[in-house]
Amino acid sequence: MDFLIVSLLNGLSYGLLLFMLSSGLTLILGMMGVLNFAHTSFYMLGAYFGYQISRWVGFWPALLIAPLVVGGIGALVERFGLRRMHRYGHVAELLFTFGLAFMIEEIVHLVWGRAPVEYRIPAALDRTLFSLFQFQYSAYRAFMMLVSLVMLAVLYFGLTRSRTGLIIQASLTHPQAVEALGHNVPRTFMLVFGGGSALAGLAGVIGGNAFITEPGMAAAVGSIVFVIVVVGGMGSLYGAFIGSLLIGVLQTFSAASDLSLRKLFELAGMHAALTGPTAELASVKLSQLAPILPYFLLVAMLILRPQGLMGIREEE
Amino acid sequence: MNDITRGRFGTLHLILLFGLVALSLPWFFSQEFILSTLSSMGIAIVFALSYSMLYGQAGMLSFGHAVYSGLGAYSAIHALAAINGGVTFPITLLPLVGGLAGLVFGVLFGYLSTKRAGTPFAMITLGLSELVSAYAYMMPGLFGGELGISANRAAGGLSWGVTYATQAQVYYLIAGWMLMCMLAMYAFFQTPLGTIANALRDNAERLRFVGYDAHTVRFRVHLAASFFAGIAGALSAINYEIVTIDSMGVAASGMVMLMTVIGGAGSFFGPVLGAVIVTLLQTTVSAYTHAWPFYFGLLFLVVIFCAPEGLSSLVRLHQPVWRAKSFARLLPAYAVALVSGLIVLAGIVAAVEAIYRFSDNAAASMLVLFGTVFSPVSAATWIFSGSALALGAALLLASTLYVKSSWKAVLARLEPSNVD
Repeated sequence: MDFLIVSLLNGLSYGLLLFMLSSGLTLILGMMGVLNFAHTSFYMLGAYFGYQISRWVGFWPALLIAPLVVGGIGALVERFGLRRMHRYGHVAELLFTFGLAFMIEEIVHLVWGRAPVEYRIPAALDRTLFSLFQFQYSAYRAFMMLVSLVMLAVLYFGLTRSRTGLIIQASLTHPQAVEALGHNVPRTFMLVFGGGSALAGLAGVIGGNAFITEPGMAAAVGSIVFVIVVVGGMGSLYGAFIGSLLIGVLQTFSAASDLSLRKLFELAGMHAALTGPTAELASVKLSQLAPILPYFLLVAMLILRPQGLMGIREEE
Repeated sequence: MNDITRGRFGTLHLILLFGLVALSLPWFFSQEFILSTLSSMGIAIVFALSYSMLYGQAGMLSFGHAVYSGLGAYSAIHALAAINGGVTFPITLLPLVGGLAGLVFGVLFGYLSTKRAGTPFAMITLGLSELVSAYAYMMPGLFGGELGISANRAAGGLSWGVTYATQAQVYYLIAGWMLMCMLAMYAFFQTPLGTIANALRDNAERLRFVGYDAHTVRFRVHLAASFFAGIAGALSAINYEIVTIDSMGVAASGMVMLMTVIGGAGSFFGPVLGAVIVTLLQTTVSAYTHAWPFYFGLLFLVVIFCAPEGLSSLVRLHQPVWRAKSFARLLPAYAVALVSGLIVLAGIVAAVEAIYRFSDNAAASMLVLFGTVFSPVSAATWIFSGSALALGAALLLASTLYVKSSWKAVLARLEPSNVD
């Protein structure tokens, strides 16, 4: 029971972090039709900026400054890069973001080297919040969850209550109509792209020290976030939310369990003589399967419901 | 499209000429280093062309094409290991094993991934690629884990009179298969399916109106592309005698995509050009600097920005000018642009190499650039880099205007009525 609760809490905090990434990605995808390969590169930049700024002036200013810097970079990328590529179509835009992701990774290599950097959790939060039997729940995890929830609330009220939010929502489905009403849709695009990047940057600042800050982190989380967006339904914020929590909890649970096919067989009373490749397959533990479970979910979703959980239209 | 029937010198002639040149190269260059570079090039050409079947012909942007080449390579290396173990099978035909493996996995994974098109297809292929790589790491028996699987191509005895003990023999094998694959892929583009694939790329909705099932067309094109990717994989297995899980990863898929896009997917020889350029960069620039992926990414972004249809589109762009014999009028502007571009590049190279040495904590290591020794921490390096960047950028801006006005003058000569 205690294992369940702690795993659930860890999974939720990870899932909320994933949502900070997938929300921006799915908004950009839904609005601009751009699959932003550089989205998790902004997450990585957030982590590295957070590390660098917290070395200069401390973690708390970094929590504010780094996402703003990343958001500014994102807005510049949209204004001077993506907007130029727009006339060549979505594939050209996608290729541009792919090239950008490649370059950002190389720049990180150049500036901070290939090895992980020592980005530590701030001392004030580096303690146990509470213990359940032998399991301990760290204060930093709770802090991550708090930041994510605050961001979630800001995002929700910003999108549903503010004027800009309403324009964003309208541009999701009817960009031409919104433009005809006199709103500056390209500027809205820049705002969304910058905002999404800032959100990814914030996720980097609070996630980089909880996990690991190294040049491979963008690619590692990138494909997971893509899975979330497909599973949730492309362009759907609610879908991205459910998908993020689902995958966060799924990965955390499976990573902590030691179930294997062999064990399942034995539980079922079958001590079959497994040999060769079957034995290799059967002895794989669920925790080893953890990295590929999201992709299984992706394939299953494609078979059962190709448009995703919350996807409505089947685009071709 | 079909130049043969028109009796003109066209793509088919060019393929045959290209193949002849490729097969005769070992007479001129017998150094091991050059032959192995050429071998990598041949493999990359087959792989990039198979990718352009998907992306160029059918408009399917895949981020998991290396799955099929990688699984083809694994099948071939296991077959080679079996040959080492005493099974009789000609190594010359080993690429066919890889191709068939590509085909089988193309049926298995392709049926699912081709259900969607466009951006969802790109994401699904990415997910499949991650899935296969992660699965492969779980199966060290089949995929060799971190070390990969290796076998010996020379221990199989004579394969139709050839031992494949020297790089030259392997090069001939690769060049031969490359020529056959190029012809087969060109033929595929001429079939009804190839034409329908073009229609799918240009307007999927209308294609459905005409009565074609888009999924079926995508699936079939994807099958053909997987087959040739498998052949490319098997060729690499024979060439390197080792296959690792990295060869199936997203990075490998991204690399073939970059090759195709840099060269240009719009024409048959675009991907060939891209494969040649990228392989050359990989082998030459990486010998000088660890920062070569940076320059590679820079090249990609410059191509995407300046020639989104790839480098081969530049050739097409200049064809009418060349025919009208006005190419010489563009040359002065191009020369100025080239010089200013080189100045910018020098500034970038100086800055990048200095940063690289600085962050690598190797302040002691001196930077030798353009025949001059720079210290990465000295102000001179940064003054040089900064002034080269500023000067080059200003020149580049001016030369853009020059190029534009030269083009305008040439266009006015070509079609006097079309100038605004």
